[in-house]
Amino acid sequence: MAATTKIYRTEEGKDLYAVMAEFATPADTYHAAEKVRDAGYQKWDVYSPFPIHGIEEAMGLKRPILPLLVGVMGITGACLGFAFQYWVSTVGYKTNVQGKPYGAWEAFVPVTFEIGVLFTAFTALFGMLVINGLPRWNHPLLCKERFLGVSDDKFIIAIESADAKFEPEQVRKLLKDAGATAIELVEDIPDAPAAPAAH
Amino acid sequence: MSSLNPDQATAARLAGLAQAPDAPRAWDPATGDGSLVEDPAVRAPLVLGNRSFNWVTETVCGYAEKGPGKWFWPTFFLTSQIAALMPLMILYLAITGVGVWGLNNQVDWAWDITNFVFWIGIGHAGTLISAILCLLKQKWRTSINRAAEAMTIFAVICAATFPGIHVGRIWMAWMLFPIPNANAIWPNFKSPLLWDVFAVSTYGTVSALFWFMGMVPDFATLRDRAAKRIMTGRQIGGTLPLIGKTADEVRAFAYGLASLGWRFSSRHWLNYEKAYLMLAGISTPLVLSVHSIVSFDFATSVLPGWHTTIFPPYFVAGAIFGGFAMVLMLLIPSRELFPGMKDLITMRHLENMAKIILVTGYMVGFAYAMEFFVAWYSGNAYERDVFLFNRVLPPFLAVEGLDGQLKYAPYWWAYWAMIFCNVVSPQVFWIKACRQSIPVIFTVAFLVTIGMWFERFVIIVTSLHRAFLPGEWHMFYPSLVDILTFVGSCGTFLTLYLLFCRFLPQFAMSEIKNVMPQASPHYRPPASGGGAGPSGVHHAPNKEGV
Repeated sequence: MAATTKIYRTEEGKDLYAVMAEFATPADTYHAAEKVRDAGYQKWDVYSPFPIHGIEEAMGLKRPILPLLVGVMGITGACLGFAFQYWVSTVGYKTNVQGKPYGAWEAFVPVTFEIGVLFTAFTALFGMLVINGLPRWNHPLLCKERFLGVSDDKFIIAIESADAKFEPEQVRKLLKDAGATAIELVEDIPDAPAAPAAH
Repeated sequence: MSSLNPDQATAARLAGLAQAPDAPRAWDPATGDGSLVEDPAVRAPLVLGNRSFNWVTETVCGYAEKGPGKWFWPTFFLTSQIAALMPLMILYLAITGVGVWGLNNQVDWAWDITNFVFWIGIGHAGTLISAILCLLKQKWRTSINRAAEAMTIFAVICAATFPGIHVGRIWMAWMLFPIPNANAIWPNFKSPLLWDVFAVSTYGTVSALFWFMGMVPDFATLRDRAAKRIMTGRQIGGTLPLIGKTADEVRAFAYGLASLGWRFSSRHWLNYEKAYLMLAGISTPLVLSVHSIVSFDFATSVLPGWHTTIFPPYFVAGAIFGGFAMVLMLLIPSRELFPGMKDLITMRHLENMAKIILVTGYMVGFAYAMEFFVAWYSGNAYERDVFLFNRVLPPFLAVEGLDGQLKYAPYWWAYWAMIFCNVVSPQVFWIKACRQSIPVIFTVAFLVTIGMWFERFVIIVTSLHRAFLPGEWHMFYPSLVDILTFVGSCGTFLTLYLLFCRFLPQFAMSEIKNVMPQASPHYRPPASGGGAGPSGVHHAPNKEGV
């Protein structure tokens, strides 16, 4: 933990996870996100019931690496699929089919394609989850009643206390000036109990 | 939410507490709601009635939370009884043998493979709607894609059963898969039947992943609603027997588990959208490849009537055609039975699907004609005979053969039933009034579904029942077990679909919200309270009248 990181506590004495602010419309959220981005925060996020068009630019997010991962895994899957068929047909269990060569590659195309697709699909879903840090049981934000409105029709920006620039009053002022309709503190929840290796 | 919010009126109506009469709509002459607006400069609204995001949440979650209504459990009871026929018939088949079907020496594939191709074809429209229409940025897909994807999964489940049981010895079905076994036997990768195993199992898996991924944010919405009700002490539904937990506690847990902890973060959405787009991008060639490979089962054989290079595109077009018909047959009753669904599935959606049926109907019609052309143009006597004397010629047009006997096609009624259902009946969609009439659309969809079953029956049975030598000619008659297995598969399909309607989000809420006008960061609400938004129909009266 860096020396500059301060631990903030709420009035009930719980650790502070973040300051969250609610916004009324996608447009307000978009412009507020631009302000937070320009203020130089790193650990913050916009929560919306659907992906707001262009929000990644307003937030200054980098291009995701997922497509690259999926492409690599898809090609790997196709290669493995081809190699497996080739091995089965030439080594594992040679079958003379209409006098064709054992390793006639043309017949392997459909299954090669299908296995490539299978790897692509699994990587797209599970790669997305892993990169997003999902699945997880709970999250400090999900304990806030106001936050649960995000899954319906609310728009929320949360700046985490772990951010190097985090200072509660400044954050509050920034979000208020950006047009927040409500601002709340989010208490941290203790991490899940560690594996029972300790005893 | 203020007390004036129209959403509360909707929520009250859904809860059965209030009756909200619809204000007259005058956007277009046919429906009065703008969904069929003719002006090409005006985009038809995808969600009717100037709805809010909250209305979408309340409506869609309401289906899963409050239940569909009194009709549901009796209907479910009926379909599940029909569904029970399927395992019963399979059990009978397994303990007796394939002799319980009407197969004979000549016709060794009949209803089993017909049903397989029929169901897998129905499955394909689901992927088409979600994947291809997604890539083509057809926003109207958002209110039908979830139901169509569900249909895909359930149709694939029905389809995959038939190849598994058609060899009779179902305990050997595992040998379809390339698993090392005691005899060191590996499958033959040069066989289209094995390609089919990979195609169908990949298709089922990828469709399920795609469906599940689309539902993750909607599961999170259902989870949050249940959690919120628990927090605020306004739980709905009592304590469940046996479990000892309240309905909302069970919902928060089950939907929470399925939602994988999704919290609507924009950083997550960015990866999610990319992953979704890639799944759509890979599903599109997948759906085309799967039905092409299914058609290879026939096309790579040397049987006249099967040995045709047109089969892959012909099968794919037919799958889309039959699948859209099935989507319509599921959505039209849903639309009537679920409150508020008519504002999500508008007449425009139904009309668009009717147009796709018309177009794909022409594609299959063209394929039927092309088969005849090739049979004639190839100069192959066997090929010509299959089409003329196995399929087409009715008894009253019989011609005298070389031996002086009258020749006609014993399955002519099946062939002409197919032509009537698949080529003739969709022609009514040229008439606008028919495209916009729900009874007509439903009737045509029903006929198309029957026609597509007959198409597979015609291809499989009429080609098989007469081989090269007349001594091998046998008619096929289905047995009761054949019939009841198929009826049972329909029951299975409907039962699974009903369970989907009851417990899962029937609409992709986050996607519907995303195509609503107010979702745009450039959206400016009209000056006079609650206009129609940027759809251009500013003169429209506000439905809720507030």
